[in-house]
Amino acid sequence: MSKNVKVYSTATCPWCVRVKQFLKDSNIVFEDFDVGANPEKADEMVKISGQMGVPVLDIEGEIIVGFDKERIKQLLGLQ
Amino acid sequence: MYDLIIVGAGPAGITAAVYAARKKMDFLVLTGDIGGQAAWSGDIENYTGYQFISGPELAQKFEEHMRKYDIPVKEKEKVLEIRKLDKDILVKTFRGEYQSKTVIIASGKRSRELGVSGEKEFKNKGLTYCATCDGPLFAGKDVAIIGGGNSALDAALQLIKIARKVYIINNTLSLGGDLIMRQKVESAGNTVIKNNSQVRAVLGGKFVEKIKVVSQAKEEEIFVQGVFVEAGLIPNSGFIKDVEKNSRGEIKINSHNETNIPGIFAAGDVTDTPEKQIIIAAGEGSKASLGAFNYLSRN
Repeated sequence: MSKNVKVYSTATCPWCVRVKQFLKDSNIVFEDFDVGANPEKADEMVKISGQMGVPVLDIEGEIIVGFDKERIKQLLGLQ
Repeated sequence: MYDLIIVGAGPAGITAAVYAARKKMDFLVLTGDIGGQAAWSGDIENYTGYQFISGPELAQKFEEHMRKYDIPVKEKEKVLEIRKLDKDILVKTFRGEYQSKTVIIASGKRSRELGVSGEKEFKNKGLTYCATCDGPLFAGKDVAIIGGGNSALDAALQLIKIARKVYIINNTLSLGGDLIMRQKVESAGNTVIKNNSQVRAVLGGKFVEKIKVVSQAKEEEIFVQGVFVEAGLIPNSGFIKDVEKNSRGEIKINSHNETNIPGIFAAGDVTDTPEKQIIIAAGEGSKASLGAFNYLSRN
Protein backbone atom coordinates (compact mmCIF):
# COMPACT_ATOMS: atom_id res chain seq x y z
CA MET A 1 0.00 0.00 0.00
CA SER A 2 1.49 3.33 -0.97
CA LYS A 3 1.42 6.03 1.68
CA ASN A 4 -0.50 9.26 1.49
CA VAL A 5 2.14 11.94 0.83
CA LYS A 6 1.47 15.67 0.50
CA VAL A 7 4.03 18.33 -0.35
CA TYR A 8 3.41 22.01 0.38
CA SER A 9 5.81 24.07 -1.68
CA THR A 10 6.39 27.26 -3.62
CA ALA A 11 7.38 27.41 -7.27
CA THR A 12 10.62 29.21 -6.49
CA CYS A 13 12.02 27.41 -3.46
CA PRO A 14 15.19 25.43 -4.25
CA TRP A 15 14.64 22.83 -1.51
CA CYS A 16 11.08 22.24 -2.72
CA VAL A 17 12.47 21.35 -6.14
CA ARG A 18 14.94 18.96 -4.55
CA VAL A 19 12.48 17.28 -2.23
CA LYS A 20 10.07 16.68 -5.11
CA GLN A 21 12.85 15.36 -7.33
CA PHE A 22 13.87 13.03 -4.51
CA LEU A 23 10.31 11.69 -4.19
CA LYS A 24 10.04 11.22 -7.96
CA ASP A 25 13.37 9.42 -8.10
CA SER A 26 12.15 7.16 -5.29
CA ASN A 27 8.92 6.41 -7.21
CA ILE A 28 6.75 7.96 -4.52
CA VAL A 29 3.37 9.29 -5.62
CA PHE A 30 2.52 12.59 -3.93
CA GLU A 31 0.10 15.50 -4.02
CA ASP A 32 1.80 18.84 -4.61
CA PHE A 33 0.25 22.09 -3.32
CA ASP A 34 1.68 25.42 -4.49
CA VAL A 35 1.08 27.52 -1.38
CA GLY A 36 2.08 30.66 -3.29
CA ALA A 37 -0.88 30.25 -5.61
CA ASN A 38 -3.30 28.61 -3.19
CA PRO A 39 -3.97 30.66 -0.02
CA GLU A 40 -6.25 27.96 1.45
CA LYS A 41 -3.46 25.41 1.29
CA ALA A 42 -1.03 28.01 2.64
CA ASP A 43 -3.25 28.40 5.71
CA GLU A 44 -3.51 24.64 6.03
CA MET A 45 0.26 24.30 5.91
CA VAL A 46 0.74 26.94 8.61
CA LYS A 47 -1.88 25.22 10.75
CA ILE A 48 -0.42 21.72 10.53
CA SER A 49 3.24 22.73 10.83
CA GLY A 50 2.93 25.76 13.12
CA GLN A 51 5.35 27.69 10.93
CA MET A 52 5.68 29.37 7.53
CA GLY A 53 8.78 27.86 5.93
CA VAL A 54 8.61 25.62 2.87
CA PRO A 55 8.78 22.79 1.97
CA VAL A 56 6.46 20.97 4.36
CA LEU A 57 5.68 17.27 3.93
CA ASP A 58 2.71 15.45 5.33
CA ILE A 59 3.33 11.70 5.31
CA GLU A 60 0.28 9.96 6.75
CA GLY A 61 -0.17 12.81 9.23
CA GLU A 62 3.52 13.03 10.20
CA ILE A 63 4.73 16.56 9.48
CA ILE A 64 8.24 17.24 8.23
CA VAL A 65 9.53 20.78 7.80
CA GLY A 66 12.34 21.15 5.27
CA PHE A 67 14.13 18.54 3.19
CA ASP A 68 14.96 16.15 6.02
CA LYS A 69 16.05 13.28 3.81
CA GLU A 70 16.70 10.80 6.62
CA ARG A 71 13.29 11.29 8.23
CA ILE A 72 11.51 11.11 4.88
CA LYS A 73 13.33 7.86 4.05
CA GLN A 74 12.45 6.45 7.44
CA LEU A 75 8.75 7.34 7.21
CA LEU A 76 8.50 5.98 3.66
CA GLY A 77 10.55 2.88 4.42
CA LEU A 78 13.15 3.73 1.76
CA GLN A 79 16.69 2.40 1.65
CA MET B 1 44.84 9.28 9.62
CA TYR B 2 43.65 10.72 6.33
CA ASP B 3 45.63 12.36 3.54
CA LEU B 4 43.00 15.06 3.27
CA ILE B 5 39.80 16.25 4.95
CA ILE B 6 37.54 18.60 3.00
CA VAL B 7 35.24 20.77 5.06
CA GLY B 8 32.13 21.76 3.10
CA ALA B 9 30.37 20.41 0.01
CA GLY B 10 29.42 23.43 -2.02
CA PRO B 11 30.95 24.09 -5.46
CA ALA B 12 34.47 24.43 -3.97
CA GLY B 13 34.33 21.40 -1.67
CA ILE B 14 32.72 19.12 -4.25
CA THR B 15 35.22 20.06 -6.95
CA ALA B 16 38.08 19.52 -4.50
CA ALA B 17 36.60 16.08 -3.72
CA VAL B 18 36.39 15.10 -7.40
CA TYR B 19 40.03 16.07 -7.93
CA ALA B 20 41.13 14.26 -4.75
CA ALA B 21 39.26 11.12 -5.84
CA ARG B 22 40.99 11.20 -9.22
CA LYS B 23 44.34 11.50 -7.45
CA LYS B 24 43.33 8.48 -5.36
CA MET B 25 43.90 10.31 -2.11
CA ASP B 26 42.64 8.78 1.13
CA PHE B 27 40.17 11.45 2.17
CA LEU B 28 36.89 12.41 3.77
CA VAL B 29 34.30 15.15 3.25
CA LEU B 30 32.66 16.67 6.34
CA THR B 31 29.74 18.96 5.66
CA GLY B 32 26.46 20.32 6.92
CA ASP B 33 24.68 20.13 3.58
CA ILE B 34 25.38 19.41 -0.07
CA GLY B 35 25.39 22.13 -2.67
CA GLY B 36 26.01 25.06 -0.34
CA GLN B 37 24.78 28.44 -1.46
CA ALA B 38 24.52 27.19 -5.05
CA ALA B 39 21.54 25.08 -3.99
CA TRP B 40 19.79 28.26 -2.84
CA SER B 41 20.50 30.26 -5.96
CA GLY B 42 17.80 31.16 -8.42
CA ASP B 43 18.63 31.13 -12.11
CA ILE B 44 22.26 30.70 -13.14
CA GLU B 45 23.31 31.90 -16.58
CA ASN B 46 27.06 32.25 -16.14
CA TYR B 47 28.32 28.75 -15.39
CA THR B 48 30.16 27.76 -18.56
CA GLY B 49 28.53 24.88 -20.39
CA TYR B 50 25.08 25.72 -19.08
CA GLN B 51 23.40 28.62 -20.80
CA PHE B 52 20.66 28.38 -18.25
CA ILE B 53 20.32 26.21 -15.16
CA SER B 54 18.65 26.67 -11.79
CA GLY B 55 20.68 26.58 -8.58
CA PRO B 56 19.14 23.35 -7.28
CA GLU B 57 19.72 21.61 -10.62
CA LEU B 58 23.36 22.65 -10.80
CA ALA B 59 23.85 21.56 -7.18
CA GLN B 60 22.25 18.23 -8.08
CA LYS B 61 24.68 17.83 -10.99
CA PHE B 62 27.62 18.62 -8.70
CA GLU B 63 26.42 15.99 -6.25
CA GLU B 64 25.95 13.37 -8.98
CA HIS B 65 29.46 14.06 -10.23
CA MET B 66 30.88 13.59 -6.72
CA ARG B 67 28.82 10.43 -6.09
CA LYS B 68 30.23 8.90 -9.26
CA TYR B 69 33.35 8.27 -7.19
CA ASP B 70 33.40 6.28 -4.01
CA ILE B 71 33.82 9.28 -1.74
CA PRO B 72 32.98 9.08 1.96
CA VAL B 73 30.76 12.10 2.63
CA LYS B 74 29.56 12.74 6.16
CA GLU B 75 26.54 15.00 5.98
CA LYS B 76 25.14 17.04 8.87
CA GLU B 77 28.56 16.86 10.47
CA LYS B 78 29.27 20.34 11.73
CA VAL B 79 32.93 21.11 12.34
CA LEU B 80 33.63 22.68 15.72
CA GLU B 81 37.38 23.15 15.63
CA ILE B 82 40.40 22.75 13.36
CA ARG B 83 43.85 22.90 14.92
CA LYS B 84 47.34 22.09 13.73
CA LEU B 85 49.15 19.61 15.95
CA ASP B 86 52.92 19.04 15.70
CA LYS B 87 52.69 17.71 12.18
CA ASP B 88 49.13 16.70 11.51
CA ILE B 89 45.84 18.50 11.69
CA LEU B 90 43.04 17.81 14.14
CA VAL B 91 39.43 18.25 12.99
CA LYS B 92 36.82 18.13 15.74
CA THR B 93 33.13 17.79 14.97
CA PHE B 94 30.24 17.35 17.35
CA ARG B 95 30.37 13.64 16.55
CA GLY B 96 34.06 12.97 16.96
CA GLU B 97 37.65 13.77 16.09
CA TYR B 98 39.64 13.12 12.95
CA GLN B 99 43.27 13.56 12.04
CA SER B 100 44.58 14.38 8.64
CA LYS B 101 47.80 15.43 6.94
CA THR B 102 46.03 18.20 5.02
CA VAL B 103 42.72 20.05 5.22
CA ILE B 104 40.79 22.13 2.71
CA ILE B 105 38.36 24.58 4.26
CA ALA B 106 35.52 25.17 1.80
CA SER B 107 32.78 26.03 4.26
CA GLY B 108 31.36 29.00 2.38
CA LYS B 109 29.19 31.75 3.73
CA ARG B 110 25.86 32.05 5.50
CA SER B 111 23.23 34.78 5.93
CA ARG B 112 24.12 37.39 8.48
CA GLU B 113 21.76 37.44 11.42
CA LEU B 114 20.43 40.68 12.86
CA GLY B 115 21.07 39.78 16.47
CA VAL B 116 17.86 41.42 17.71
CA SER B 117 15.27 40.09 20.10
CA GLY B 118 12.59 37.97 18.48
CA GLU B 119 14.80 36.97 15.56
CA LYS B 120 15.31 33.35 16.64
CA GLU B 121 11.83 32.99 18.09
CA PHE B 122 10.08 34.05 14.87
CA LYS B 123 12.34 32.26 12.40
CA ASN B 124 9.99 30.55 9.94
CA LYS B 125 7.11 32.16 11.79
CA GLY B 126 7.09 35.17 9.55
CA LEU B 127 10.83 35.83 9.64
CA THR B 128 12.89 34.27 6.88
CA TYR B 129 16.36 34.41 5.35
CA CYS B 130 15.20 33.05 1.99
CA ALA B 131 12.96 35.39 0.03
CA THR B 132 13.19 33.06 -2.96
CA CYS B 133 11.74 30.21 -0.91
CA ASP B 134 9.15 31.81 1.31
CA GLY B 135 8.26 35.00 -0.56
CA PRO B 136 5.11 33.61 -2.24
CA LEU B 137 3.55 32.90 1.18
CA PHE B 138 3.28 36.64 1.79
CA ALA B 139 1.03 37.52 -1.14
CA GLY B 140 -1.30 40.36 -0.18
CA LYS B 141 0.48 40.96 3.14
CA ASP B 142 2.62 43.75 4.52
CA VAL B 143 6.29 42.85 4.78
CA ALA B 144 9.61 44.38 5.78
CA ILE B 145 12.97 43.71 4.16
CA ILE B 146 15.96 44.32 6.39
CA GLY B 147 19.00 45.40 4.40
CA GLY B 148 19.94 47.76 1.61
CA GLY B 149 22.27 45.95 -0.78
CA ASN B 150 21.71 43.80 -3.83
CA SER B 151 20.25 40.86 -1.92
CA ALA B 152 17.72 43.19 -0.27
CA LEU B 153 16.83 44.70 -3.64
CA ASP B 154 16.49 41.26 -5.14
CA ALA B 155 14.03 40.29 -2.41
CA ALA B 156 12.20 43.60 -2.87
CA LEU B 157 11.79 43.01 -6.60
CA GLN B 158 10.12 39.69 -5.89
CA LEU B 159 7.92 41.04 -3.13
CA ILE B 160 6.67 44.27 -4.70
CA LYS B 161 4.84 42.13 -7.23
CA ILE B 162 2.88 40.14 -4.66
CA ALA B 163 2.88 41.84 -1.25
CA ARG B 164 0.59 44.71 -0.31
CA LYS B 165 3.18 47.01 1.16
CA VAL B 166 6.95 46.52 1.24
CA TYR B 167 9.01 48.36 3.84
CA ILE B 168 12.76 48.43 3.31
CA ILE B 169 14.67 49.03 6.52
CA ASN B 170 18.16 50.14 5.56
CA ASN B 171 20.77 51.20 8.10
CA THR B 172 22.79 53.40 5.75
CA LEU B 173 21.92 56.83 4.36
CA SER B 174 20.74 55.53 1.01
CA LEU B 175 20.17 52.19 -0.70
CA GLY B 176 23.20 50.50 -2.22
CA GLY B 177 23.18 47.84 -4.91
CA ASP B 178 22.76 48.11 -8.65
CA LEU B 179 21.15 51.26 -10.01
CA ILE B 180 18.72 49.40 -12.31
CA MET B 181 17.32 47.37 -9.43
CA ARG B 182 17.20 50.38 -7.13
CA GLN B 183 15.21 52.42 -9.62
CA LYS B 184 12.69 49.62 -10.06
CA VAL B 185 12.23 49.28 -6.32
CA GLU B 186 12.01 53.03 -5.72
CA SER B 187 9.47 53.57 -8.46
CA ALA B 188 7.15 50.74 -7.36
CA GLY B 189 3.96 52.17 -5.87
CA ASN B 190 3.94 49.99 -2.78
CA THR B 191 7.39 50.52 -1.28
CA VAL B 192 8.30 52.54 1.79
CA ILE B 193 12.06 53.01 2.10
CA LYS B 194 13.38 53.84 5.52
CA ASN B 195 17.03 54.82 5.36
CA ASN B 196 19.28 55.38 8.35
CA SER B 197 17.04 53.00 10.28
CA GLN B 198 17.66 50.01 12.49
CA VAL B 199 15.45 47.16 13.55
CA ARG B 200 15.46 46.76 17.32
CA ALA B 201 13.04 43.88 17.80
CA VAL B 202 10.68 41.51 16.07
CA LEU B 203 7.41 41.16 17.95
CA GLY B 204 4.28 39.10 17.74
CA GLY B 205 2.28 36.25 19.23
CA LYS B 206 2.47 32.93 17.46
CA PHE B 207 3.64 34.66 14.30
CA VAL B 208 5.27 38.00 13.45
CA GLU B 209 2.96 40.96 13.98
CA LYS B 210 5.26 43.97 14.01
CA ILE B 211 8.82 45.25 14.18
CA LYS B 212 10.31 47.96 16.33
CA VAL B 213 12.42 50.33 14.25
CA VAL B 214 14.58 53.29 15.19
CA SER B 215 14.72 55.90 12.41
CA GLN B 216 16.84 58.97 12.99
CA ALA B 217 16.62 58.61 16.76
CA LYS B 218 12.84 58.15 16.67
CA GLU B 219 11.36 54.83 17.64
CA GLU B 220 8.32 53.46 15.86
CA GLU B 221 6.43 50.24 15.39
CA ILE B 222 5.64 48.96 11.93
CA PHE B 223 2.94 46.35 11.50
CA VAL B 224 4.09 43.58 9.16
CA GLN B 225 3.41 39.86 8.86
CA GLY B 226 6.66 39.09 7.11
CA VAL B 227 10.28 39.99 7.88
CA PHE B 228 12.92 39.20 5.26
CA VAL B 229 16.45 39.39 6.58
CA GLU B 230 18.80 40.32 3.73
CA ALA B 231 21.68 41.80 5.66
CA GLY B 232 24.47 40.20 3.66
CA LEU B 233 26.64 37.15 4.18
CA ILE B 234 29.34 36.15 6.65
CA PRO B 235 32.04 33.49 6.19
CA ASN B 236 31.79 30.22 8.08
CA SER B 237 35.28 30.54 9.49
CA GLY B 238 34.66 30.65 13.23
CA PHE B 239 35.82 27.07 13.87
CA ILE B 240 39.41 27.86 13.01
CA LYS B 241 41.20 30.37 15.18
CA ASP B 242 44.82 30.16 14.08
CA VAL B 243 44.62 31.02 10.38
CA GLU B 244 44.97 34.59 9.19
CA LYS B 245 41.71 36.26 8.22
CA ASN B 246 40.84 39.67 6.82
CA SER B 247 38.59 42.21 8.55
CA ARG B 248 35.50 40.48 7.15
CA GLY B 249 36.52 37.14 8.67
CA GLU B 250 37.47 35.64 5.30
CA ILE B 251 40.44 33.27 5.37
CA LYS B 252 43.50 34.72 3.68
CA ILE B 253 45.01 32.52 0.98
CA ASN B 254 47.78 32.87 -1.58
CA SER B 255 47.50 32.01 -5.26
CA HIS B 256 48.03 28.32 -4.39
CA ASN B 257 45.12 28.38 -1.91
CA GLU B 258 47.52 27.97 1.00
CA THR B 259 46.70 29.61 4.32
CA ASN B 260 49.46 30.73 6.68
CA ILE B 261 49.41 27.26 8.28
CA PRO B 262 51.27 24.58 6.28
CA GLY B 263 48.89 21.81 5.24
CA ILE B 264 45.74 23.90 5.67
CA PHE B 265 44.25 25.13 2.42
CA ALA B 266 41.04 27.06 1.76
CA ALA B 267 38.81 27.61 -1.26
CA GLY B 268 35.65 29.38 -2.34
CA ASP B 269 33.50 31.98 -0.62
CA VAL B 270 35.06 31.44 2.82
CA THR B 271 38.32 32.90 1.48
CA ASP B 272 39.46 36.42 0.61
CA THR B 273 39.45 35.58 -3.11
CA PRO B 274 37.99 38.55 -4.93
CA GLU B 275 34.57 37.88 -6.48
CA LYS B 276 32.25 35.25 -5.15
CA GLN B 277 30.94 33.16 -8.01
CA ILE B 278 30.05 29.48 -8.37
CA ILE B 279 32.51 29.00 -11.19
CA ILE B 280 35.28 30.71 -9.23
CA ALA B 281 34.57 28.59 -6.14
CA ALA B 282 34.71 25.43 -8.26
CA GLY B 283 38.01 26.47 -9.85
CA GLU B 284 39.49 27.36 -6.47
CA GLY B 285 38.41 23.98 -5.13
CA SER B 286 40.37 22.21 -7.84
CA LYS B 287 43.45 24.37 -7.15
CA ALA B 288 43.26 23.64 -3.43
CA SER B 289 42.96 19.91 -4.05
CA LEU B 290 45.97 19.85 -6.37
CA GLY B 291 47.82 22.01 -3.85
CA ALA B 292 47.11 19.50 -1.09
CA PHE B 293 48.24 16.66 -3.35
CA ASN B 294 51.53 18.42 -4.09
CA TYR B 295 52.01 19.19 -0.40
CA LEU B 296 51.65 15.49 0.42
CA SER B 297 54.21 14.48 -2.16
CA ARG B 298 56.67 17.05 -0.79
CA ASN B 299 56.18 16.19 2.89
